[in-house]
Amino acid sequence: MHLMYFTEQPMSAYSEQAGRDFGATALMFPNTHFDPAEGSRLYNNYIEQYQLAEAVGVDGIMLNEHHNAPFCMQAKANIFAGILAAMTQRVKIVMLGNPLPLAENPVRLAEELAMIDMISKGRLVSGFVRGGGQEQLATGVNPAFNRERFEEAHELIVKAWTQPGPFRFEGTHYQHRVVNPWALPLQKPYPRVWVPGVISKETIIWAAQQRYPYIALNTSIADTKRIWQLYDKVAEETGYTAGPENRGYLIQVHVSDSEERAVANAREFRWMQGEFTGLAHPVWSTPSGYGSPNNRRAFVEFSAGRRPNPRGITSFEQQMADLRIIAGTPKTVVPKLRKILEETRPGILALWGNDGKVSQKDSLLCIKMIGEEVFPQIREIARELDLKSPFEANAPVHLRYSTDLRKTQVAAE
Amino acid sequence: MAGVAWTESTVEFVDWRMHLARGGSGRPALVLHHDIGTPDRLPFYDALAAKYDVLVPHHPGYGRSERPEWMRSVRDIAVVYRGLLGDLGVERAALIGLGFGGWIAAEMASMAPRDLAALVLVGAMGVKPPEGDILDQAIIGYIDYARAGFHDQQAFDRVYGTEPSNDQLVAWDICREMSFRIAWKPYMYSQTLPHLLGAVRAPALLVWGADDKVVPVSAGRRYAAALPHAKLQTIAACGHCVDMEKPEELAALVAPFLG
Repeated sequence: MHLMYFTEQPMSAYSEQAGRDFGATALMFPNTHFDPAEGSRLYNNYIEQYQLAEAVGVDGIMLNEHHNAPFCMQAKANIFAGILAAMTQRVKIVMLGNPLPLAENPVRLAEELAMIDMISKGRLVSGFVRGGGQEQLATGVNPAFNRERFEEAHELIVKAWTQPGPFRFEGTHYQHRVVNPWALPLQKPYPRVWVPGVISKETIIWAAQQRYPYIALNTSIADTKRIWQLYDKVAEETGYTAGPENRGYLIQVHVSDSEERAVANAREFRWMQGEFTGLAHPVWSTPSGYGSPNNRRAFVEFSAGRRPNPRGITSFEQQMADLRIIAGTPKTVVPKLRKILEETRPGILALWGNDGKVSQKDSLLCIKMIGEEVFPQIREIARELDLKSPFEANAPVHLRYSTDLRKTQVAAE
Repeated sequence: MAGVAWTESTVEFVDWRMHLARGGSGRPALVLHHDIGTPDRLPFYDALAAKYDVLVPHHPGYGRSERPEWMRSVRDIAVVYRGLLGDLGVERAALIGLGFGGWIAAEMASMAPRDLAALVLVGAMGVKPPEGDILDQAIIGYIDYARAGFHDQQAFDRVYGTEPSNDQLVAWDICREMSFRIAWKPYMYSQTLPHLLGAVRAPALLVWGADDKVVPVSAGRRYAAALPHAKLQTIAACGHCVDMEKPEELAALVAPFLG
């Protein structure tokens, strides 16, 4: 079991009323509400949190990025990865992940990631994402070619890491005269790639075809099971049998020294959800061409206020009942996590510990209790349930490095 | 104007198909629709068909025309239409471009400057407005964007209804996706087109709604400066979609101009 700590790094120091008055807190919410002095304070708080997370024994620190959004201060996850590479000694630096379609030059991304891997002495996990719809608009990248750019940038980066240069790359969206980066990953054949996601079937299928672990982002137990059903089916068709080493799960968990304080702080997850999914125009989160054509009708009807969000919005109480938010003392939190592990059998688990306006004191307490009290028990449960991480299972980095493929396999390329 | 017989046909290309409506008789006029597609019948089309042989194709990737996956620019559409007119044996058509369709018409004029009788651009996209910007549909809803094309919202209601259907929303999303595929950046204009219009000797009529909130009228002045024989007229109390909001006024300007 690989156990991680995650925070969205919220920029919570702005007037909530300003967001409500404007009617949106993403993409177009004016950055006059961003206070760099508060930003400086918060960035350094997050560094302190990551240092404590390593000290109390987490296996990995999960990083992500968003743009034009108060709910996440990381505009470039590689910056924090670079900081952690030098500042920490032991934890894996788990990018979940770099939004590939936003890259105009994926070779540069390959260089940055190689630098992070070398500086960290081989501790990089290089997750890749498509990026949300808003990210495409915030960075001026064409949403209609999002998936094509994702797959082509991935191909180019892996080539840059594994194929001796110099070589030429002539793709549909990327053309490079000379690919020959003098920065290569320390890990061979290349750093592990994990792929997080929420609803796109296409991404689940793609990840399974590559044999990359898929990280389900805070989905309900029922949805998570549906994800694994699809992943497992594609894996079988591809010629291997998927297991816990192919499965990751991120869940919102706030731990404290009293049930009341934990629940009060966990409500801050809703703050973030409201800002994130509730207070943005639907065409920002799903610009035309970004989503699957199968979801087109549902999204346009949602955009006109004619049906609920296909991604789903549920109340805090319901999310607590569904175990999509867990809050409490280690004594009450562990049995709930055990149920999730039993039901969905992941080999990678990330706890999204703190959000919104949770104080630094409470955030640090949460991390300490996760590391010292929750995770040791989770490791025991994982051993009992035989939930091995990709590292423990020595899983191949990509399908092409598999040694156990059945003959019926379909080529992943 | 009632009783115009329109025929619908499907034009086959190598690996995709295009929808074409044709009605009326007389000298040929190619009408190129907006980026929100077009209803099958419009009073403006009927008014033109009373005097001309009117061709109204659905742009590739819009309405009932299939999406050519390879298509990457508005100029590609212009080339496809040049080929279509050639195949149909239509020469020296009047090119009438509405909004986004105006961009296509201007591209067509620039690439075969002798093969057109006249050019009519109505609130045309395609050039960078010297003042203001072309309205970005990417950050507003489907209905809001379509409504922004009208000065008088009752005119919108007459064409699309007060609550456009879900099928209409889906159709607008498909149009929008194609617009992104071919005109994402720079958004809805060409940096080279103004420099290529100088060879167009045909007369050009530029019509703008005085309250065009989609394409600033400064773009009309840019076109007027780039086209050697152009005149710009504005229509009071009218938005971007002049053809749908003031069809009689537009027809009354276009018919004498085309002769």
